[in-house]
Amino acid sequence: MRDVIITGIGQTPVGELWDKSLRHLGHDAVVAAMQDAGIEQADALYVGNMLSGELSGQEHLATLIADFVGLRGIEAAKIEAACASGAAAVRAGIMAVASGMADVVIAAGVEKMTDTLPEDTTAGLALAADQEYEVAEGATFLALNAMLMQRYMHEYGVAKRDFAPFPVNAHANAQGNPNAMFRMAISAEKYERAPLVAPPINVMDSSPICDGAAAVVLVSGERASAFGQGKRGVRVAATAAATDTLAVHDRRDPLWLEAAYLSSRRAFAQAGLSPDDIDLFELHDAFSIMSVLALEACGFAERGRGVELGASGAITLGGRLPITTMGGLKARGHPVGATGVYQIVEIVQQLRGEAGANQLAHAHVGMAQNIGGSGATILTHILAGA
Amino acid sequence: MHIARNWRVKRQRYSLQGELCHHCGSHVFPPRDVCPECARPAYDPFRLSGLGEVYSHTTVYEAPAGFQEQAPYSLALIRLHEGPLLTAQLTDVDPKEVRIGMPVEMVTRKLSVEGDEGLIQYGYKFRPRLLAQAA
Repeated sequence: MRDVIITGIGQTPVGELWDKSLRHLGHDAVVAAMQDAGIEQADALYVGNMLSGELSGQEHLATLIADFVGLRGIEAAKIEAACASGAAAVRAGIMAVASGMADVVIAAGVEKMTDTLPEDTTAGLALAADQEYEVAEGATFLALNAMLMQRYMHEYGVAKRDFAPFPVNAHANAQGNPNAMFRMAISAEKYERAPLVAPPINVMDSSPICDGAAAVVLVSGERASAFGQGKRGVRVAATAAATDTLAVHDRRDPLWLEAAYLSSRRAFAQAGLSPDDIDLFELHDAFSIMSVLALEACGFAERGRGVELGASGAITLGGRLPITTMGGLKARGHPVGATGVYQIVEIVQQLRGEAGANQLAHAHVGMAQNIGGSGATILTHILAGA
Repeated sequence: MHIARNWRVKRQRYSLQGELCHHCGSHVFPPRDVCPECARPAYDPFRLSGLGEVYSHTTVYEAPAGFQEQAPYSLALIRLHEGPLLTAQLTDVDPKEVRIGMPVEMVTRKLSVEGDEGLIQYGYKFRPRLLAQAA
C-alpha cells in the first residue's frame, strides 16, 4: 500500500446558503481544494452526499459536479453512507490512491438541506434509520438520540447539565472559525434554559440543518514529493470503517457504539498509535450524547464517565484532548454528507498550523470520526503531519 | 404509497409476529431470519406476548411528514418479556407520566397518514399495562 498525502483542502461557509445550489457548493469546495493543492486535473472525484435525490431531486451528483467544475472525462461517483457519506468518500479516495489505481483523487462532501420544509428534511434524514421498524413507528434521529441520552442519564446517574461542556466548547471554538454557522458563545446557564426539542435533548444539544461543501485532494506519496508539497502535506496514517445494526433496538447494548469501537481500534492498529497519542479529536457531535458515547467507545474514557472529560476541561483548545476544535457539528454545522470532509479539512488546518485563532500548540496527530445514522456506520481517520 | 411494502409486514404490525431460534432458544423481533445471538437460521414464526417495559423514552415535538397530526407523541424503546427490544409509540398516557421501567402492553392503533388520498397505516403501540399482574 502506498502512502497517501492530503495536499489540498477547500470548504464553503456552513449555513442556510439559499444563493447556492448543490452544484455551486460542490464547485466552490472542489475548486478551492484544487487551487490549494496546485493541481488542474485529477484521476477521480468521489462525492459524499446523503440527500441530493430526496431533497433536490438530483442524483448522479458526482458526475454533475465533475462536469460543472471542468473535470469531465474523469471517473466520478457519489458515495452514500448516511451522515458518514463524507468520510466514506474520503476513504474511497484513499483506497484508490493507496492501491495504485489512481495518483490524484478529489474527495468532496456536499449537502443542501435548507431548500425544503423542516418536516421534509427531517423525514429525509430519517431515511438512514430502519424504515419498517423505526421510522414507521414515528422515530426521528432526534428521538432516537433522545432515548439514548435518557437511558444514559438513568444508568449512570448523570444530570442533564453534565452535558453542557460539549456544546459550550463547540460554540466557543466556532467563534474562531470564519466558516462556522454559529459564531457565538453560549454559557452553561443558556444551555440549561434552552427549549427541549425531544426530552432530554434541547436545542443546544442538537446540530443544525444547514448547507455546505468541503473537499480534499489526495495524492500518492511520490506525487506529493514531485509537487514540492512536502511541508504542507498531511499524511493519512489510518482509515477504517465499521458497521453495527441499522436500528438502535437491535443492539445488544444501545449505549455502546460498537462501530466506533471497531473502527477506532482498527485505525489505532493501522497507525501504530493509541488514544494517548491523539492531539485532537474531531468527533461526531450531532447530539451531545453522541460525543460522550464516542469518547467512551474509542477508549478516551471509561463507560459512564465520558461526561467527565467535559467537566475537567480536557476537551477545550487548551485541554488534554481538544475536540470539535473548529466548532464541530453543533456550531460549525452539520451539512450531513459534507460533515466527514469538513472534519478532515479542519484537522489538516490544525496540522499545518493554519487554524488561526483556534490553532493548537501541539497538533501533530489528529483523529476524525464520522457517524452514519444512530451509530450504524462509523469511519475513523487518523492524520499525521508530514 | 407503498401498499405491498406495508402488506408484507402485516403480521409484525398487527400481531407482533417474530421468530424463535430453535438452535439457541432466542426470540427475535423484528424478524431477521438469522438469529442475532447465534447467527444461525431462525425461521420459525413466534407470536410475542406484547408485554414489556419501557427501556427508554422521549417526546417527539418535531414530527416527520405523516406523523404531524399526532405530535407531540411519546416514543419509547420497549424491552419485551421474551427479550427483544423494539421501537414504538406510547399511547393512552401523559408523556410526563412515562418512566423507565414502566410496565406496558401492546395495542393496535393508527400509526401514520399519507395525506388525503394515501394509506392510513395501523400497527402496534404500547400503553400502560391495565392488568397489573397479567404477566
